[in-house]
Amino acid sequence: MSNLLDIDNLTVTFPTNNGPIDVVKGISLSLGRERLGIVGESGSGKSMTGRAILKLIRSPGRVKADRLSFDGIDLLTRRERDMRAIRGARISMVMQDPKFSLNPVMSVGDQIAEAIKTHQRLSPSQVRAKTLAMLKSVRIEDPERVLGLYPHEVSGGMGQRIMIAMMLVPEPDLLIADEPTSALDVSVQAQVLDIIDNLVTSKGMGLILISHDLNLVASYCDRILVMRAGEIVEECAANKLHAAQHPYTKGLLASMPRIDEDREWLPVFERTSGSQT
Amino acid sequence: MSGIHIKNLNVSYGNTTVTHDVSLDVSVGESLALVGESGSGKSTVLKAIAGLATNWTGDIEVDGIARGRSIDPEIATKCQMVFQDPYGSLHPRKTIDATLSEPLQIHGIKDQSARVIEQLENVQLDERYRFRFPHQLSGGQRQRVAIARALMLGPRFLLLDEPTSALDVSVQAEILNLLKRIRKEQNLTYLVVTHNLAVVSFLCDRLAVMRSGKIVETADVSQLKSNQLAHAYSKELLQASRLHSGSNEKTPHNDHAQ
Repeated sequence: MSNLLDIDNLTVTFPTNNGPIDVVKGISLSLGRERLGIVGESGSGKSMTGRAILKLIRSPGRVKADRLSFDGIDLLTRRERDMRAIRGARISMVMQDPKFSLNPVMSVGDQIAEAIKTHQRLSPSQVRAKTLAMLKSVRIEDPERVLGLYPHEVSGGMGQRIMIAMMLVPEPDLLIADEPTSALDVSVQAQVLDIIDNLVTSKGMGLILISHDLNLVASYCDRILVMRAGEIVEECAANKLHAAQHPYTKGLLASMPRIDEDREWLPVFERTSGSQT
Repeated sequence: MSGIHIKNLNVSYGNTTVTHDVSLDVSVGESLALVGESGSGKSTVLKAIAGLATNWTGDIEVDGIARGRSIDPEIATKCQMVFQDPYGSLHPRKTIDATLSEPLQIHGIKDQSARVIEQLENVQLDERYRFRFPHQLSGGQRQRVAIARALMLGPRFLLLDEPTSALDVSVQAEILNLLKRIRKEQNLTYLVVTHNLAVVSFLCDRLAVMRSGKIVETADVSQLKSNQLAHAYSKELLQASRLHSGSNEKTPHNDHAQ
């Protein structure tokens, strides 16, 4: 069976005053219909990898790869127009903060309806019925009321569920979730991730979950890639994370405080004096 | 009476009362955490103590001084606040030096240059960052500046509002270590707002759980560590956090991963 996504030697480059900088340095990965987690700290290139798959990196950033194919389609040679048929319809992306990714001057119902109408031809009553169904599928209790609300009138958790509803309208084959819960409370995080998890499992989608939170990724994915400074430093099965070998992964795991904390000091990475944080 | 004492505090924003009869005692040298989900009113309590929320009833007492509704320079020298987002809490057009000198100017304290250098050293920030702007610093460095600014007047009490939640895990570890060390060295009293129970476990002695503007439980950190919180909501919160903290490796969600 062919993979859903194949990436060979992907490099993302941005020009700076000191010459071009590779923020993603030749990474390769392949994805079936499974849940893949990409973890790393800020600046590790994990979000850029997600964006490169959708060709969302704008000039002056440049994307190079030996191969970037999705379900047999070569994304590299696709023109911008043709990408539109893939973005949203076949690969969807959930962004970090619902406050910024929802349109503030459109009601929730209109936004979801827009997503439906872009991809399907349906009568207005069918659109409305589908909008309500989508809201229900992300466990929004009273979709009739939420339909008429504007993004500022809903909570963060609800906003993120609305985003997910929109992304799942066209039933994509691959969902890229970039820090989908970082802007949310702990108690709401689990709800949102459970929803994504259910939808992904029941519809047999592929999922790329990008996050800085190792444990969260370990709980919701099958396989984990740990990224640092544009490179993949370690790949392991999610349930083997605690047996991780690479010193960076070990360091990340150790630097997190635990609820039953008994250490006096947390271990930190050695930094050169120039890059102390 | 020394320490921070709050009695029957009701804070309102407009017509909405956000906290309901909150009473809290933080004794000197202690580190107390306020935990709860967003909207529970935990940050509001800090704001009322710091003087940022002025529409309240009840009593607030900081180190023996009753807090009024207006700006109180005396309380400012005793009690300072560090905010969650170091990207938002530092003035983008002021250099680090200007940011750190400002409290000294307001309070008419001499010897500004030496004090700025001393505080930069205290938060382990190299002196060459002194005349830079916030956008030239990383998130962790900015949070160090925010902590240094809070310490400029030599306060006894620090109000920390989610001090590490905007930071990466390895940077979070550094800032947590820094906060712990400063507290030890200067015998500071912390009131920490956080939703991260692991942070509470590392940095605090006691915790108060808030929900819908009320304190539902106060407990010792040892009770948190040994999973002996009494209130149903505290247990729920602890359960939700354990799912993500890895301290309990057998979480229900691992079942999905087979």
